[in-house]
Amino acid sequence: MPKTVMTVDDSASMRQMVSFTLKRAGHDVVEACDGKDALTKIGGQPVHMIITDLNMPNMDGFELIRQVRSKPQYMCVPIIMLTTESQGDKVKEGKAAGATGWIVKPFKAEDLLAVVKKVLG
Amino acid sequence: MEDGSEILQTFKLEAEELLVSVEECVLDIEDNPRDQDAINRLFRAVHTIKGSGSMFGYMALAAFTHHLESVLDKVRSGLLPIDRHLIDLVLDSRDLIKGMLEGDPSAPAEDQVKLNATVASLAALCDHKAAETEKNSDQEETVTGMRTIRIRFQPNPSTFRQGMDPACILDELRELGTCDIRPLCSSVPGLQDFDPHTCYIGWEIDLTTEASPEDLRSVFIFVEDDAEISMETLEDLPVVEETEVKPVPAVVEIVEAKAELSAAAVAEPASGAKRKVIAEGESVRVASDKLDKLINLIGELVITQAQLAQVASSVENHDLATPVEGIERLVAELRDVVLSVRMMPIGSTFNRFRRLVRDLSAELGKEIELVTEGAETEMDKGVIDRLADPLVHLIRNCVDHGIEPPAERVAKGKPAKGRIRLVAAHRGTNVVISVEDDGKGLDSEAIRRKAIEKGLISADAQLSRKEAFDLIFMPGFSTASQITNVSGRGVGMDVVRREIDGLRGNIEVESETDHGSVMHLSLPLTLAIIDGLLVEVSASEFVIPLSTIEECLELDESHFPLGSGRNVIQVRGEALPCVFLREFFHLASPPPTIQEAVVARVGNSRVAVVVDHVVGDHQTVIKSLGKVYQDVQGVSGATIMGDGQVALILDVDQIVRSAEKEELAALSIAVA
Repeated sequence: MPKTVMTVDDSASMRQMVSFTLKRAGHDVVEACDGKDALTKIGGQPVHMIITDLNMPNMDGFELIRQVRSKPQYMCVPIIMLTTESQGDKVKEGKAAGATGWIVKPFKAEDLLAVVKKVLG
Repeated sequence: MEDGSEILQTFKLEAEELLVSVEECVLDIEDNPRDQDAINRLFRAVHTIKGSGSMFGYMALAAFTHHLESVLDKVRSGLLPIDRHLIDLVLDSRDLIKGMLEGDPSAPAEDQVKLNATVASLAALCDHKAAETEKNSDQEETVTGMRTIRIRFQPNPSTFRQGMDPACILDELRELGTCDIRPLCSSVPGLQDFDPHTCYIGWEIDLTTEASPEDLRSVFIFVEDDAEISMETLEDLPVVEETEVKPVPAVVEIVEAKAELSAAAVAEPASGAKRKVIAEGESVRVASDKLDKLINLIGELVITQAQLAQVASSVENHDLATPVEGIERLVAELRDVVLSVRMMPIGSTFNRFRRLVRDLSAELGKEIELVTEGAETEMDKGVIDRLADPLVHLIRNCVDHGIEPPAERVAKGKPAKGRIRLVAAHRGTNVVISVEDDGKGLDSEAIRRKAIEKGLISADAQLSRKEAFDLIFMPGFSTASQITNVSGRGVGMDVVRREIDGLRGNIEVESETDHGSVMHLSLPLTLAIIDGLLVEVSASEFVIPLSTIEECLELDESHFPLGSGRNVIQVRGEALPCVFLREFFHLASPPPTIQEAVVARVGNSRVAVVVDHVVGDHQTVIKSLGKVYQDVQGVSGATIMGDGQVALILDVDQIVRSAEKEELAALSIAVA
């Protein structure tokens, strides 16, 4: 069954890259340009997984993760953070906020699909 | 569907936008070093360039940007002071990044020397020792070959709430080899205490695999910090044949119940929302030729609608008239909306000038601030793009010739810091852009002398101040006493005027000695629609762009003091060259007894265009003439009238030039 994945990033090229890769793998993709946008959009339709950048205007990734986790229907949805280096402290902060895992930028399409598979099965 | 190259294109466009914003932020920070918001924006922009740069194969760019990012990170956390050196360095870095972006991603940077120097300065700024990545040296000894590993995996009770389903991890392990999985359910409580969002269960897995330890660890990468995981190699164990997972019914049901619950919760449809909503952030990128095509089609639609309206009015059918009126309204609205799609705030262009002014004034040892107003004023993208060069020229002029050196300014009792104001505002269907400086102003006497010296005017010519100012737009005029690096490189104000004329705009100068000067550029909102004057010659209709027209006259004997055969008419005592459209287009019919003339401004002179009669104002969508007719002299485009007739749009400038040429040719024949 195709899953709906939301990609949250203020960089359009990053969103497109994620979206392109996931669509090719048969998933539906919803794009959001920052945390606020993402919160509005997950209210509109069910999302099975969220891939979010951390450093964004309006609402950053950490706050987005906390807000998503506070919604009963998204308590258990997998959330993957995009980090630039394997910044240990960022990953820890994200995990504490409720993130499931992370991907280190730059990543290849296979890396992304591997992580998606890891959390969506 | 989009493909890889389109994504690459998006990346490039985005990176360019980010670089613009980098520049903006840096200049904001220079103005106000405590602007934490600008610092954050700057960091974010650089961060994004680096991240996506490396994803799209711009490795050198990413590596370089990394140095910049490290410096900015220090700035952001207040560890590095903001000074001129830093600002310059960031601006230089930005330019280098731009250069790398334009080149081949894999090719080395063109200006390797500068690149290395900049990297060194950046590294010196953030004392690079610590930033070098310390590679983890605790590499595990590599165990390879087929072996059986016993894994105990007790996920954190909160694992579901972190979005991790341990079943996925078990699935992943199964892909590595054969698994014997046994649940550990000693801590599963009774149903009354059971929380479906808590993970009570653990597993013991005997995995027979060839996978490397890293592969194994990577299975648990997201949970290893919170979960209890132990692995031991069971060397004495025989390689087990594939064993079935021994189900413990109650637990399996619980796990499945949990899985279903989350799936159901997640799949809960929210008030019939559409399933597939592809968001594009705040804007959508569309190729501008698609918009042009759309505008063209709207033009056709407007014309067809006008025909329909004409037919409907002749039929006098009320049932038909109402929907036809409706269509008319809708088409007009549609046209406005489509035209507005091409509109962009002019601010993006303004921002380029801040850097220009900063760099130029530093070069010339002047202190100048640029103030912009009306950056949100919207104009057609095509106009904005073509406006950039003339504006650069005008601003260079202000910096170079307008604003005096600080000492001279102080001596005149003005603040040492000069000011250039760049203001955009709507005036009816035009946008007026003013470039204003508070410098020494234009010296009408110097201009006059120069013009006489260059032979542009005769020594005894009587000129008003305004006419003198207008001389600076003459080809071959430049008042700069010496050619500097900044302006006066052969392109003069005449080029600016030609560009502005090409945009169907006009330019005016105001100046007061020692108070500065202002250039007012008045431009149409869009190039797709023209405000014209409809005129008729020999039953054919023509449109003359309204922006060039100064007045309309009815001609009688008094206008032809030299006789009606000559190409000169007299208007209030002033002789004007005139062009008879009838002759110019070789229209055969005899002229009416009373002709009319439209006085148009061409370059610096005025010319009368003689027509049969002036019909009136006409706003119309411009259609190009296509390849076959594009070189026709004197015509810049066409439009289709409501009744289906084609009206040509006149290029008065060209008409005058080719009329001049014909006249000269005729003269030389006469002389010969």
